[in-house]
Amino acid sequence: MANIFAEKQCVISGIGQSEIGRRLPRNGLQLTVDAVKQALDDAGLSRSDIDGVSSWPGQMQHAAPGFSPVSITDLREAMDLKLSWYNAGIESTQMSAIINACMAVASGQARHVICFRTMTEASSMAKGTRSSVQGTGSQRISGPFQWQLPFGAFSASSWAALVASRYMHEFGATREQLAQVALNARSNAMLNERAVYRDPLSMDDYLASRMISDPLCLFDCDVPIDGSTVIIISHKDCVPDLKSKAIHIEAIGGPLYGRDSWDQQDDLTRFGAEDAGKMLWSRTDFKPKDVDFAELYDGFSFLTLLWLEGLGFCGRGEAAAFVEGGQRIGRDGELPLASHGGQLSAGRTHGLGYFHEAVKQLRGEAGSHQLSGDRKLAVVSNGGGNLSGAALLRRD
Amino acid sequence: MTETTVTDASSLDKTVGPVPELDELNSFFWTSGEDGKLRMQYCDDCQYWQHPPSVCCRKCLGEGIAAKVMSGKGTVAAITVNRMPWMPGLKIPYLLVIIELDEQPGLRLTSAMPSAEPGSVRIGDRVKVSFEQREDVWMPFFELQ
Repeated sequence: MANIFAEKQCVISGIGQSEIGRRLPRNGLQLTVDAVKQALDDAGLSRSDIDGVSSWPGQMQHAAPGFSPVSITDLREAMDLKLSWYNAGIESTQMSAIINACMAVASGQARHVICFRTMTEASSMAKGTRSSVQGTGSQRISGPFQWQLPFGAFSASSWAALVASRYMHEFGATREQLAQVALNARSNAMLNERAVYRDPLSMDDYLASRMISDPLCLFDCDVPIDGSTVIIISHKDCVPDLKSKAIHIEAIGGPLYGRDSWDQQDDLTRFGAEDAGKMLWSRTDFKPKDVDFAELYDGFSFLTLLWLEGLGFCGRGEAAAFVEGGQRIGRDGELPLASHGGQLSAGRTHGLGYFHEAVKQLRGEAGSHQLSGDRKLAVVSNGGGNLSGAALLRRD
Repeated sequence: MTETTVTDASSLDKTVGPVPELDELNSFFWTSGEDGKLRMQYCDDCQYWQHPPSVCCRKCLGEGIAAKVMSGKGTVAAITVNRMPWMPGLKIPYLLVIIELDEQPGLRLTSAMPSAEPGSVRIGDRVKVSFEQREDVWMPFFELQ
């Protein structure tokens, strides 16, 4: 594949992650600085090397407490960063922090870009505010949410559940099949000392758990956390100077070709995942069969099924059968998923956590939850519904 | 949060939820139920219904698009039962649906079926619109035909 794509000039040079937990004593900015320090050390860079910062969705503490409590300004001021380029904004795809960083580095706007995603949803929930549920106050609703919240569809759990119900209706998928996504995540989390939920989870536990929005139960929904993840994107020319093994960004994209909606898309059970798959594979000579493992978005278990299909790991309507029994997606299966426990069991790091995990696995540094064998090519996906981004990461 | 005593018997059956902010694009939709009829934007040139409302037809970009009365009938395309008490006063569990409207394949409305018991509705069931006034808007809910 021609070397014309921005991401092929870029590597992941360093990764960092704060403590991840339910209600941590450190605030969002402290957690972010923790993660940045760790990523700098991992890359062998100093803060004076950093000349770019990229984030998504930007600080929105007022609109959605805990969802994105830290601004670029907060971080820049806290760490006295000298920035040639910085960008964050919600009107972009969930993976945009990484995509934009690649474009900034390839175009020479910056050489080393910190990408961060910080959540304090667990602490916010403990204070009685749940960022994932909007519209429960007295204000009037405008914008896209007006087509869901007034009817009582307050939570993304209901939006995803509606589409899941249609998917099950059309393709005969069952709760027992869907459960495998959650059970696989938990069995991996049991090996990962940093995961939030590490108790064994059986099919009986899953089927007996309380329903949130049918057909999704408690274990189909990811777990809000406090924590921060940092990924540093650098120019590939820097590779000889890096402390850790550089991970190449073979391809990346965050498109949306269909309706920007949860109910108007041409096919109710196809979302942006399919668009991201088309774009991803158009930027590389690798094929889905070449992928050694995948960190697919599992904010809801059902979204993983759409990603398996959208990225071409199985055919349309075949994802439930693909995960049935759990062997294929298990640690020794043909496509291991959620090797750290996913957002379902390791915590809702909200996108960048999958990059962190994929880099650990590709370097062979995942310790107690390291996958067996030589794993050189990984897919990461972010988002559900109309938000979708996918990346292909490669180790030489 | 303050405890309130409901004295108006008719309000017992009312749903609770936020109210849309009315603007020049959406007012026709949210007040359409005042005469008991559902309306969406329609482009005569393209013979195309679109939702949510916008400033032009998304097919031809013409501005001749206008609100038009619909049958108010459709089919349940997707269904869920929400069991979480997301806000005070919510009567759980309740049915949420995506309705595919008869006028055009893929023309849908996320809505609820407050008068139907969870478990009594299936994907494929035929439904009709049933409005409930909430402040100055008329919520287009659905019930079985």
